[in-house]
Amino acid sequence: MSRGDEVSVEAFVRQHSPWMLSVARRILRDDAAAEDSVQEAFLNAFNNIDKFEGRSSLKTWLHRIVVNRCLMTLRSSKRKAEEQLDEFMPQFDSNGCRIEDPWPQLLSADKICEQKQLSKVVAENIDKLPEKYRIVLQLRDIEEFSTAEVAKQLDLSESNVKVRLHRARSALKQMLEPVLRGHL
Amino acid sequence: MKRLGVLKIIQSFGKRAMFYLPLMITCRQFEDFIIDYLEDDLPARQKMVFELHLKVCRECRDYLAAYKRATEVTTRVGKGPELNDELPAVPDDFVKAVLMARKQAK
Repeated sequence: MSRGDEVSVEAFVRQHSPWMLSVARRILRDDAAAEDSVQEAFLNAFNNIDKFEGRSSLKTWLHRIVVNRCLMTLRSSKRKAEEQLDEFMPQFDSNGCRIEDPWPQLLSADKICEQKQLSKVVAENIDKLPEKYRIVLQLRDIEEFSTAEVAKQLDLSESNVKVRLHRARSALKQMLEPVLRGHL
Repeated sequence: MKRLGVLKIIQSFGKRAMFYLPLMITCRQFEDFIIDYLEDDLPARQKMVFELHLKVCRECRDYLAAYKRATEVTTRVGKGPELNDELPAVPDDFVKAVLMARKQAK
């Protein structure tokens, strides 16, 4: 492919497009923007294939490229008004004691994952998060970058990433309670 | 046995009074430590204080278990299908557009 053979380039695009589009859709939540970003990511990869040193797998290298391209798209897009997360945050009484209903049953992850429509419910609730929290959770918990990598990608301090990640996870825990309790 | 005894003594103070004992923190303070605890970034002493609170506080124990389970489930299902044959087919138009863009960029 580095020599530009047309057939192998097309095979490369066909092989990697499905998962790259899936990553871009997860981050951008917009099919057209996802296709544009993946196209840009491919061009970036073609231009820089000689710099690929093989220290990571080709897929890992492409994953970073497509994620970075999507983040550039997000930065340049109009931001939605930031909603508040407060209603989903943990509650404390005036003494600083947590208010938390007992959990007589917390389903195992395997049991939870058997529930129909789970992916849809999780995706819908992630979409409810304000953008600055959603993107941190998406990169850290779904794309599985390290906290340091997320900080670098978003040009934030690591402590800021941790604060946003914790708020996003706390809100998601609250939103997913019916699923976790087996009430879906 | 001795350790359990200490925990029982701490718990016998009642939740509010318990927070005034040495090495005890409130649930609100515990909340601020959660992410560093999970990232294994807490210094040894703070980690001990965190884990002591966890032992004596049912609410925080339940909360943390549910928080971790929600995170685990999100990671497991958040990606959706990953294998090419489970993913939507890529339109030919998209492949052609990439190849065309590559030619133009040369």
